[in-house]
Amino acid sequence: MADASPLKPFYSVLVLAFVCSALVAGAVVGLQPLQEANRQLDRRKNILAAAGLYREDQPIERLFAGIETRVVELATGRYVPDDQVAPESYNQLKAALSADMGRSLDAGEDLARIRRLEKYSLVYLVKNGETVQQYILPVRGKGLWSTMFAYVAVDADLNRIRGVAFYEHGETPGLGGEVENSHWQELWQGKRIYDDSGEVGIRVVKGKAAENGVQAAYEIDGLSGASLTTQGVDRLLHFWFGDDGFKPFFRQLRQRGTSNG
Amino acid sequence: MAESNRELLTRSIFRRNPIALLVLGICSALAVTGQMATALVMAICVTLVTAFASLTISIVRFQIPSTVRIGIQIMVIATLVILVDQILKAFYFDLSKQLSIYVGLIITNCIVMGRAEGFAMSNPPLASFIDGIGNGIGYGFILIVVSFIRELFGSGSLLGVEILPLTTNGGWYLRNGLLILPASAFFLIALIIWVLRTIDPSQQESD
Repeated sequence: MADASPLKPFYSVLVLAFVCSALVAGAVVGLQPLQEANRQLDRRKNILAAAGLYREDQPIERLFAGIETRVVELATGRYVPDDQVAPESYNQLKAALSADMGRSLDAGEDLARIRRLEKYSLVYLVKNGETVQQYILPVRGKGLWSTMFAYVAVDADLNRIRGVAFYEHGETPGLGGEVENSHWQELWQGKRIYDDSGEVGIRVVKGKAAENGVQAAYEIDGLSGASLTTQGVDRLLHFWFGDDGFKPFFRQLRQRGTSNG
Repeated sequence: MAESNRELLTRSIFRRNPIALLVLGICSALAVTGQMATALVMAICVTLVTAFASLTISIVRFQIPSTVRIGIQIMVIATLVILVDQILKAFYFDLSKQLSIYVGLIITNCIVMGRAEGFAMSNPPLASFIDGIGNGIGYGFILIVVSFIRELFGSGSLLGVEILPLTTNGGWYLRNGLLILPASAFFLIALIIWVLRTIDPSQQESD
Protein backbone atom coordinates (compact mmCIF):
# COMPACT_ATOMS: atom_id res chain seq x y z
CA MET A 1 0.00 0.00 0.00
CA ALA A 2 2.84 2.34 -0.74
CA ASP A 3 1.75 5.70 -2.02
CA ALA A 4 3.80 6.20 -5.17
CA SER A 5 2.88 9.80 -5.75
CA PRO A 6 0.74 12.32 -3.93
CA LEU A 7 -1.65 12.30 -6.87
CA LYS A 8 -2.28 8.58 -6.73
CA PRO A 9 -5.17 8.77 -4.26
CA PHE A 10 -6.98 11.12 -6.63
CA TYR A 11 -6.56 8.79 -9.57
CA SER A 12 -7.66 5.73 -7.62
CA VAL A 13 -10.78 7.44 -6.32
CA LEU A 14 -11.58 8.85 -9.75
CA VAL A 15 -11.27 5.49 -11.46
CA LEU A 16 -13.30 3.75 -8.77
CA ALA A 17 -15.99 6.42 -8.80
CA PHE A 18 -16.28 6.03 -12.54
CA VAL A 19 -16.56 2.24 -12.41
CA CYS A 20 -19.08 2.35 -9.54
CA SER A 21 -21.30 4.96 -11.14
CA ALA A 22 -21.28 3.03 -14.41
CA LEU A 23 -22.39 -0.11 -12.55
CA VAL A 24 -25.12 1.65 -10.61
CA ALA A 25 -26.40 3.59 -13.60
CA GLY A 26 -26.43 0.41 -15.68
CA ALA A 27 -28.45 -1.45 -13.07
CA VAL A 28 -30.93 1.38 -12.55
CA VAL A 29 -31.55 1.93 -16.24
CA GLY A 30 -31.53 -1.76 -17.12
CA LEU A 31 -33.92 -2.84 -14.38
CA GLN A 32 -36.25 0.14 -14.58
CA PRO A 33 -38.88 -1.41 -16.88
CA LEU A 34 -39.13 -4.48 -14.65
CA GLN A 35 -39.45 -2.36 -11.51
CA GLU A 36 -42.08 -0.11 -13.05
CA ALA A 37 -44.07 -3.16 -14.12
CA ASN A 38 -43.86 -4.48 -10.56
CA ARG A 39 -45.07 -1.21 -9.10
CA GLN A 40 -47.94 -1.09 -11.55
CA LEU A 41 -48.89 -4.66 -10.72
CA ASP A 42 -48.78 -3.91 -7.01
CA ARG A 43 -51.04 -0.87 -7.42
CA ARG A 44 -53.49 -2.89 -9.46
CA LYS A 45 -53.46 -5.71 -6.95
CA ASN A 46 -54.43 -3.27 -4.21
CA ILE A 47 -57.14 -1.64 -6.30
CA LEU A 48 -58.60 -5.09 -6.84
CA ALA A 49 -58.22 -5.90 -3.16
CA ALA A 50 -60.13 -2.74 -2.17
CA ALA A 51 -62.95 -3.72 -4.51
CA GLY A 52 -62.93 -7.26 -3.15
CA LEU A 53 -62.13 -8.63 -6.59
CA TYR A 54 -58.62 -9.93 -5.97
CA ARG A 55 -58.19 -13.67 -6.42
CA GLU A 56 -54.81 -15.19 -5.71
CA ASP A 57 -55.10 -17.88 -8.36
CA GLN A 58 -55.86 -15.54 -11.24
CA PRO A 59 -53.52 -13.21 -13.09
CA ILE A 60 -53.92 -9.60 -12.02
CA GLU A 61 -54.00 -8.38 -15.60
CA ARG A 62 -57.09 -10.42 -16.39
CA LEU A 63 -58.90 -9.33 -13.23
CA PHE A 64 -58.02 -5.73 -13.90
CA ALA A 65 -59.41 -5.83 -17.43
CA GLY A 66 -62.90 -5.07 -16.12
CA ILE A 67 -61.76 -1.87 -14.46
CA GLU A 68 -61.75 1.46 -16.25
CA THR A 69 -59.29 4.18 -15.24
CA ARG A 70 -60.42 7.77 -15.55
CA VAL A 71 -59.07 11.16 -14.52
CA VAL A 72 -61.19 13.53 -12.46
CA GLU A 73 -60.69 17.21 -11.78
CA LEU A 74 -61.04 17.38 -8.02
CA ALA A 75 -62.30 20.97 -7.76
CA THR A 76 -65.17 20.54 -10.22
CA GLY A 77 -65.65 16.81 -9.99
CA ARG A 78 -65.77 16.49 -13.76
CA TYR A 79 -64.10 13.76 -15.79
CA VAL A 80 -61.15 15.00 -17.78
CA PRO A 81 -60.91 13.73 -21.36
CA ASP A 82 -58.20 11.12 -21.85
CA ASP A 83 -56.45 13.18 -24.51
CA GLN A 84 -55.96 16.04 -22.05
CA VAL A 85 -54.53 13.95 -19.21
CA ALA A 86 -53.67 10.37 -20.13
CA PRO A 87 -54.67 8.02 -17.28
CA GLU A 88 -51.96 5.47 -18.11
CA SER A 89 -49.08 7.86 -17.67
CA TYR A 90 -50.51 10.30 -15.12
CA ASN A 91 -48.45 10.38 -11.94
CA GLN A 92 -50.61 11.81 -9.21
CA LEU A 93 -47.94 12.33 -6.57
CA LYS A 94 -45.61 14.03 -9.00
CA ALA A 95 -48.46 16.25 -10.13
CA ALA A 96 -49.17 17.33 -6.56
CA LEU A 97 -45.61 18.61 -6.27
CA SER A 98 -45.53 20.49 -9.56
CA ALA A 99 -46.45 24.15 -9.74
CA ASP A 100 -49.11 24.00 -12.43
CA MET A 101 -50.69 20.61 -11.64
CA GLY A 102 -50.93 20.97 -7.88
CA ARG A 103 -51.43 23.54 -5.16
CA SER A 104 -50.33 23.83 -1.58
CA LEU A 105 -52.91 23.44 1.15
CA ASP A 106 -53.00 25.83 4.07
CA ALA A 107 -53.07 24.45 7.58
CA GLY A 108 -56.80 25.00 8.00
CA GLU A 109 -57.91 22.83 5.08
CA ASP A 110 -55.08 20.30 5.20
CA LEU A 111 -56.85 17.75 7.36
CA ALA A 112 -54.91 14.81 5.97
CA ARG A 113 -51.63 16.69 6.38
CA ILE A 114 -50.45 16.03 2.85
CA ARG A 115 -49.30 19.63 2.27
CA ARG A 116 -49.89 19.65 -1.47
CA LEU A 117 -52.92 18.54 -3.42
CA GLU A 118 -53.03 17.69 -7.10
CA LYS A 119 -55.55 19.19 -9.49
CA TYR A 120 -56.51 15.87 -11.05
CA SER A 121 -56.99 12.50 -9.45
CA LEU A 122 -57.24 9.05 -10.91
CA VAL A 123 -60.41 7.08 -10.22
CA TYR A 124 -61.09 3.46 -11.05
CA LEU A 125 -64.52 2.31 -12.16
CA VAL A 126 -65.60 -1.29 -11.69
CA LYS A 127 -68.09 -1.87 -14.47
CA ASN A 128 -70.54 -4.53 -15.32
CA GLY A 129 -71.42 -3.83 -18.92
CA GLU A 130 -72.30 -0.14 -18.94
CA THR A 131 -73.28 0.31 -15.31
CA VAL A 132 -70.67 1.25 -12.76
CA GLN A 133 -70.78 -0.94 -9.67
CA GLN A 134 -68.02 0.58 -7.59
CA TYR A 135 -65.79 3.63 -7.62
CA ILE A 136 -62.30 3.05 -6.29
CA LEU A 137 -60.58 6.20 -5.06
CA PRO A 138 -56.94 6.70 -4.13
CA VAL A 139 -56.50 8.44 -0.78
CA ARG A 140 -53.57 9.30 1.42
CA GLY A 141 -52.80 11.02 4.68
CA LYS A 142 -50.32 11.21 7.47
CA GLY A 143 -50.42 8.71 10.34
CA LEU A 144 -47.95 8.79 13.20
CA TRP A 145 -44.69 8.37 11.28
CA SER A 146 -45.53 8.23 7.65
CA THR A 147 -47.93 9.01 4.86
CA MET A 148 -50.38 6.14 4.51
CA PHE A 149 -51.69 5.28 1.06
CA ALA A 150 -54.95 3.46 0.48
CA TYR A 151 -57.67 2.72 -2.00
CA VAL A 152 -61.27 3.04 -0.89
CA ALA A 153 -63.99 1.31 -2.89
CA VAL A 154 -67.33 3.11 -2.79
CA ASP A 155 -70.57 1.52 -3.90
CA ALA A 156 -72.53 2.91 -6.87
CA ASP A 157 -74.93 4.52 -4.35
CA LEU A 158 -71.99 6.86 -3.60
CA ASN A 159 -72.32 6.33 0.12
CA ARG A 160 -71.55 2.78 1.19
CA ILE A 161 -67.96 1.62 1.48
CA ARG A 162 -67.34 -1.66 -0.29
CA GLY A 163 -63.80 -2.18 0.88
CA VAL A 164 -60.47 -0.59 1.64
CA ALA A 165 -56.84 -1.48 1.07
CA PHE A 166 -53.96 0.28 2.78
CA TYR A 167 -50.98 -0.57 0.66
CA GLU A 168 -48.12 1.66 1.71
CA HIS A 169 -47.23 3.09 5.08
CA GLY A 170 -44.42 3.21 7.62
CA GLU A 171 -46.42 2.90 10.83
CA THR A 172 -45.21 0.86 13.81
CA PRO A 173 -45.51 -2.83 12.98
CA GLY A 174 -48.08 -4.53 15.19
CA LEU A 175 -49.64 -1.25 16.33
CA GLY A 176 -50.33 1.38 13.68
CA GLY A 177 -49.08 -1.09 11.10
CA GLU A 178 -52.30 -3.01 11.71
CA VAL A 179 -53.94 -0.79 9.08
CA GLU A 180 -52.79 -3.65 6.87
CA ASN A 181 -54.75 -6.20 8.91
CA SER A 182 -57.38 -7.72 6.68
CA HIS A 183 -59.70 -8.35 9.63
CA TRP A 184 -59.69 -4.68 10.45
CA GLN A 185 -60.20 -3.71 6.82
CA GLU A 186 -63.24 -6.00 6.70
CA LEU A 187 -64.86 -3.84 9.38
CA TRP A 188 -65.10 -1.07 6.81
CA GLN A 189 -67.46 -2.93 4.53
CA GLY A 190 -70.94 -1.44 4.41
CA LYS A 191 -70.09 1.64 6.48
CA ARG A 192 -71.74 4.89 5.38
CA ILE A 193 -69.65 7.88 4.41
CA TYR A 194 -72.21 10.70 4.45
CA ASP A 195 -74.94 11.25 7.00
CA ASP A 196 -78.48 12.37 6.15
CA SER A 197 -77.49 16.03 5.94
CA GLY A 198 -74.77 15.23 3.41
CA GLU A 199 -71.86 15.83 5.76
CA VAL A 200 -69.03 13.35 6.20
CA GLY A 201 -70.29 11.11 8.96
CA ILE A 202 -67.83 8.24 8.82
CA ARG A 203 -65.49 8.09 11.79
CA VAL A 204 -62.70 5.92 13.04
CA VAL A 205 -63.24 5.97 16.78
CA LYS A 206 -60.89 5.31 19.64
CA GLY A 207 -61.67 1.86 20.98
CA LYS A 208 -64.76 -0.06 19.93
CA ALA A 209 -67.29 1.32 17.47
CA ALA A 210 -70.97 1.50 18.44
CA GLU A 211 -72.56 -1.84 17.73
CA ASN A 212 -76.08 -0.61 17.23
CA GLY A 213 -77.97 2.61 17.08
CA VAL A 214 -77.60 5.43 14.58
CA GLN A 215 -73.83 5.66 14.95
CA ALA A 216 -73.17 2.02 14.13
CA ALA A 217 -73.45 2.62 10.40
CA TYR A 218 -70.74 5.28 10.48
CA GLU A 219 -68.21 4.08 13.03
CA ILE A 220 -65.14 1.92 12.53
CA ASP A 221 -63.10 0.47 15.41
CA GLY A 222 -59.87 2.28 16.10
CA LEU A 223 -56.60 0.38 16.25
CA SER A 224 -55.65 -0.41 19.82
CA GLY A 225 -52.34 1.03 20.89
CA ALA A 226 -52.25 3.34 17.89
CA SER A 227 -54.26 6.46 18.70
CA LEU A 228 -52.32 8.72 16.38
CA THR A 229 -52.49 6.38 13.41
CA THR A 230 -56.22 5.97 14.05
CA GLN A 231 -56.61 9.73 14.13
CA GLY A 232 -54.68 10.00 10.89
CA VAL A 233 -57.00 7.53 9.18
CA ASP A 234 -60.02 9.42 10.49
CA ARG A 235 -58.66 12.71 9.20
CA LEU A 236 -57.76 11.42 5.80
CA LEU A 237 -61.31 10.13 5.38
CA HIS A 238 -62.73 13.54 6.28
CA PHE A 239 -60.36 15.22 3.89
CA TRP A 240 -60.81 12.98 0.88
CA PHE A 241 -64.58 12.70 1.17
CA GLY A 242 -64.89 16.43 1.88
CA ASP A 243 -65.02 19.42 -0.45
CA ASP A 244 -61.31 19.36 -1.29
CA GLY A 245 -61.49 15.66 -2.05
CA PHE A 246 -64.07 13.65 -3.92
CA LYS A 247 -67.28 15.32 -2.76
CA PRO A 248 -67.61 17.45 -5.92
CA PHE A 249 -67.05 14.30 -7.97
CA PHE A 250 -69.92 12.55 -6.19
CA ARG A 251 -72.10 15.62 -6.71
CA GLN A 252 -71.38 15.54 -10.43
CA LEU A 253 -72.14 11.84 -10.62
CA ARG A 254 -75.48 12.30 -8.89
CA GLN A 255 -76.44 15.08 -11.27
CA ARG A 256 -75.54 13.07 -14.32
CA GLY A 257 -77.25 9.94 -13.10
CA THR A 258 -75.37 6.83 -12.21
CA SER A 259 -75.71 5.04 -15.56
CA ASN A 260 -73.55 7.63 -17.27
CA GLY A 261 -70.04 6.43 -16.49
CA MET B 1 -3.49 -16.15 8.51
CA ALA B 2 -3.13 -19.65 9.71
CA GLU B 3 -6.82 -20.51 9.70
CA SER B 4 -8.15 -22.86 7.07
CA ASN B 5 -11.05 -21.84 4.89
CA ARG B 6 -13.42 -24.06 6.83
CA GLU B 7 -12.24 -22.46 10.03
CA LEU B 8 -12.82 -18.99 8.54
CA LEU B 9 -16.37 -19.97 7.61
CA THR B 10 -17.42 -21.45 10.94
CA ARG B 11 -15.57 -19.37 13.50
CA SER B 12 -17.90 -16.43 12.98
CA ILE B 13 -21.00 -18.37 13.94
CA PHE B 14 -20.33 -19.10 17.63
CA ARG B 15 -16.76 -18.43 18.55
CA ARG B 16 -16.40 -15.00 17.01
CA ASN B 17 -19.89 -13.93 16.13
CA PRO B 18 -20.04 -10.37 14.72
CA ILE B 19 -23.10 -9.44 16.77
CA ALA B 20 -22.45 -11.38 19.96
CA LEU B 21 -18.71 -10.90 20.38
CA LEU B 22 -17.90 -7.83 18.33
CA VAL B 23 -21.31 -6.20 18.95
CA LEU B 24 -21.47 -4.89 15.38
CA GLY B 25 -24.54 -4.51 13.19
CA ILE B 26 -26.92 -4.06 16.11
CA CYS B 27 -29.11 -1.38 14.53
CA SER B 28 -30.27 -3.49 11.63
CA ALA B 29 -30.62 -6.49 13.96
CA LEU B 30 -33.21 -4.47 15.87
CA ALA B 31 -35.00 -3.20 12.83
CA VAL B 32 -35.65 -6.28 10.71
CA THR B 33 -36.22 -9.00 13.30
CA GLY B 34 -39.95 -8.47 13.77
CA GLN B 35 -40.70 -11.05 11.09
CA MET B 36 -38.65 -14.11 10.20
CA ALA B 37 -39.06 -13.58 6.46
CA THR B 38 -37.50 -10.12 6.51
CA ALA B 39 -34.73 -11.30 8.84
CA LEU B 40 -33.92 -14.14 6.45
CA VAL B 41 -33.76 -11.90 3.40
CA MET B 42 -31.73 -9.32 5.29
CA ALA B 43 -29.29 -12.04 6.37
CA ILE B 44 -28.88 -13.21 2.77
CA CYS B 45 -28.37 -9.66 1.50
CA VAL B 46 -25.80 -8.83 4.16
CA THR B 47 -23.96 -12.10 3.52
CA LEU B 48 -23.75 -11.38 -0.20
CA VAL B 49 -22.70 -7.78 0.28
CA THR B 50 -20.08 -8.63 2.91
CA ALA B 51 -18.65 -11.46 0.83
CA PHE B 52 -18.42 -9.51 -2.40
CA ALA B 53 -17.24 -6.31 -0.75
CA SER B 54 -14.44 -8.23 0.98
CA LEU B 55 -13.60 -10.00 -2.28
CA THR B 56 -13.43 -6.77 -4.27
CA ILE B 57 -11.44 -4.91 -1.63
CA SER B 58 -9.05 -7.83 -1.27
CA ILE B 59 -8.40 -8.04 -5.03
CA VAL B 60 -7.48 -4.38 -5.29
CA ARG B 61 -5.92 -4.09 -1.83
CA PHE B 62 -2.46 -3.29 -3.19
CA GLN B 63 -3.86 -0.49 -5.36
CA ILE B 64 -5.71 1.28 -2.57
CA PRO B 65 -3.78 4.25 -1.20
CA SER B 66 -3.99 4.05 2.58
CA THR B 67 -4.97 7.71 2.90
CA VAL B 68 -8.31 7.20 1.14
CA ARG B 69 -8.96 3.55 1.92
CA ILE B 70 -12.07 4.09 4.03
CA GLY B 71 -13.70 6.18 1.34
CA ILE B 72 -12.92 3.58 -1.27
CA GLN B 73 -14.33 0.79 0.90
CA ILE B 74 -17.53 2.74 1.43
CA MET B 75 -17.85 3.35 -2.29
CA VAL B 76 -17.50 -0.33 -3.10
CA ILE B 77 -20.00 -1.28 -0.40
CA ALA B 78 -22.50 1.39 -1.43
CA THR B 79 -22.34 0.25 -5.04
CA LEU B 80 -23.02 -3.36 -4.05
CA VAL B 81 -25.90 -2.36 -1.79
CA ILE B 82 -27.56 -0.31 -4.52
CA LEU B 83 -27.21 -3.26 -6.89
CA VAL B 84 -28.84 -5.58 -4.34
CA ASP B 85 -31.63 -3.06 -3.76
CA GLN B 86 -32.28 -2.64 -7.47
CA ILE B 87 -32.31 -6.39 -8.07
CA LEU B 88 -34.73 -6.94 -5.19
CA LYS B 89 -37.04 -4.26 -6.56
CA ALA B 90 -36.99 -5.82 -9.99
CA PHE B 91 -37.41 -9.48 -9.06
CA TYR B 92 -38.70 -9.73 -5.47
CA PHE B 93 -40.95 -6.71 -5.23
CA ASP B 94 -42.98 -7.85 -2.21
CA LEU B 95 -39.85 -8.50 -0.18
CA SER B 96 -38.28 -5.21 -1.15
CA LYS B 97 -41.46 -3.47 -0.03
CA GLN B 98 -41.18 -5.09 3.38
CA LEU B 99 -37.49 -4.37 3.78
CA SER B 100 -37.92 -0.87 2.35
CA ILE B 101 -35.20 1.35 3.75
CA TYR B 102 -33.32 -1.39 5.56
CA VAL B 103 -31.64 -2.62 2.39
CA GLY B 104 -30.18 0.83 1.90
CA LEU B 105 -29.04 0.76 5.49
CA ILE B 106 -26.77 -2.23 4.83
CA ILE B 107 -24.29 0.44 3.77
CA THR B 108 -24.07 1.56 7.36
CA ASN B 109 -23.92 -1.98 8.74
CA CYS B 110 -20.63 -1.98 10.58
CA ILE B 111 -20.03 -5.66 9.86
CA VAL B 112 -19.47 -5.03 6.14
CA MET B 113 -17.08 -2.19 6.73
CA GLY B 114 -15.45 -3.96 9.67
CA ARG B 115 -14.60 -7.01 7.60
CA ALA B 116 -13.38 -4.95 4.66
CA GLU B 117 -11.07 -2.87 6.83
CA GLY B 118 -10.13 -5.49 9.40
CA PHE B 119 -9.71 -8.57 7.22
CA ALA B 120 -9.89 -8.02 3.47
CA MET B 121 -7.28 -5.25 3.42
CA SER B 122 -4.63 -7.69 4.61
CA ASN B 123 -5.76 -11.10 3.29
CA PRO B 124 -6.01 -12.82 -0.10
CA PRO B 125 -9.29 -12.70 -2.06
CA LEU B 126 -10.55 -16.24 -1.43
CA ALA B 127 -10.00 -16.07 2.32
CA SER B 128 -11.68 -12.64 2.40
CA PHE B 129 -14.65 -13.93 0.46
CA ILE B 130 -15.09 -16.88 2.81
CA ASP B 131 -14.63 -14.66 5.83
CA GLY B 132 -17.39 -12.40 4.45
CA ILE B 133 -19.74 -15.35 4.01
CA GLY B 134 -18.91 -16.61 7.49
CA ASN B 135 -19.67 -13.26 9.07
CA GLY B 136 -22.88 -12.99 7.12
CA ILE B 137 -23.94 -16.41 8.41
CA GLY B 138 -23.00 -15.46 11.97
CA TYR B 139 -25.07 -12.30 11.63
CA GLY B 140 -27.92 -14.26 10.06
CA PHE B 141 -27.84 -16.84 12.86
CA ILE B 142 -28.51 -14.19 15.52
CA LEU B 143 -31.14 -12.51 13.36
CA ILE B 144 -33.01 -15.76 12.90
CA VAL B 145 -32.94 -16.66 16.59
CA VAL B 146 -34.17 -13.19 17.56
CA SER B 147 -36.82 -13.03 14.85
CA PHE B 148 -38.04 -16.54 15.73
CA ILE B 149 -38.80 -15.42 19.28
CA ARG B 150 -40.14 -12.02 18.27
CA GLU B 151 -42.44 -13.29 15.53
CA LEU B 152 -43.71 -16.27 17.50
CA PHE B 153 -44.58 -14.39 20.68
CA GLY B 154 -45.15 -10.95 19.15
CA SER B 155 -47.19 -11.82 16.08
CA GLY B 156 -48.18 -15.40 16.86
CA SER B 157 -46.79 -16.70 13.58
CA LEU B 158 -43.62 -18.12 12.04
CA LEU B 159 -42.63 -17.08 8.53
CA GLY B 160 -46.10 -15.58 8.22
CA VAL B 161 -47.88 -18.87 9.06
CA GLU B 162 -50.18 -18.48 12.04
CA ILE B 163 -49.09 -20.65 14.99
CA LEU B 164 -50.79 -18.94 17.94
CA PRO B 165 -54.12 -17.41 16.84
CA LEU B 166 -54.14 -13.77 17.98
CA THR B 167 -57.00 -12.16 19.86
CA THR B 168 -57.07 -9.41 17.22
CA ASN B 169 -57.87 -12.09 14.65
CA GLY B 170 -60.42 -13.84 16.84
CA GLY B 171 -58.04 -16.33 18.49
CA TRP B 172 -56.92 -16.82 22.09
CA TYR B 173 -53.33 -15.60 22.13
CA LEU B 174 -52.81 -12.08 23.47
CA ARG B 175 -49.72 -10.83 21.70
CA ASN B 176 -46.70 -9.62 23.61
CA GLY B 177 -46.56 -5.94 22.75
CA LEU B 178 -42.95 -5.47 23.77
CA LEU B 179 -41.68 -8.07 21.31
CA ILE B 180 -43.27 -6.21 18.40
CA LEU B 181 -41.19 -3.13 19.12
CA PRO B 182 -37.59 -3.05 17.88
CA ALA B 183 -36.22 -2.32 21.34
CA SER B 184 -37.12 -5.85 22.49
CA ALA B 185 -34.28 -7.14 20.30
CA PHE B 186 -31.87 -5.47 22.74
CA PHE B 187 -33.04 -7.79 25.51
CA LEU B 188 -32.93 -10.87 23.29
CA ILE B 189 -29.48 -10.09 21.90
CA ALA B 190 -28.22 -9.44 25.42
CA LEU B 191 -29.56 -12.82 26.51
CA ILE B 192 -27.90 -14.52 23.54
CA ILE B 193 -24.59 -12.83 24.36
CA TRP B 194 -24.94 -13.99 27.96
CA VAL B 195 -25.58 -17.59 26.91
CA LEU B 196 -22.71 -17.61 24.41
CA ARG B 197 -20.25 -16.17 26.90
CA THR B 198 -21.31 -18.61 29.58
CA ILE B 199 -20.75 -21.55 27.28
CA ASP B 200 -17.46 -20.15 26.03
CA PRO B 201 -15.84 -18.11 28.84
CA SER B 202 -12.96 -17.07 26.56
CA GLN B 203 -15.34 -14.52 25.01
CA GLN B 204 -15.70 -12.69 28.29
CA GLU B 205 -13.92 -9.40 28.45
CA SER B 206 -11.52 -8.91 31.32
CA ASP B 207 -11.99 -5.70 33.26
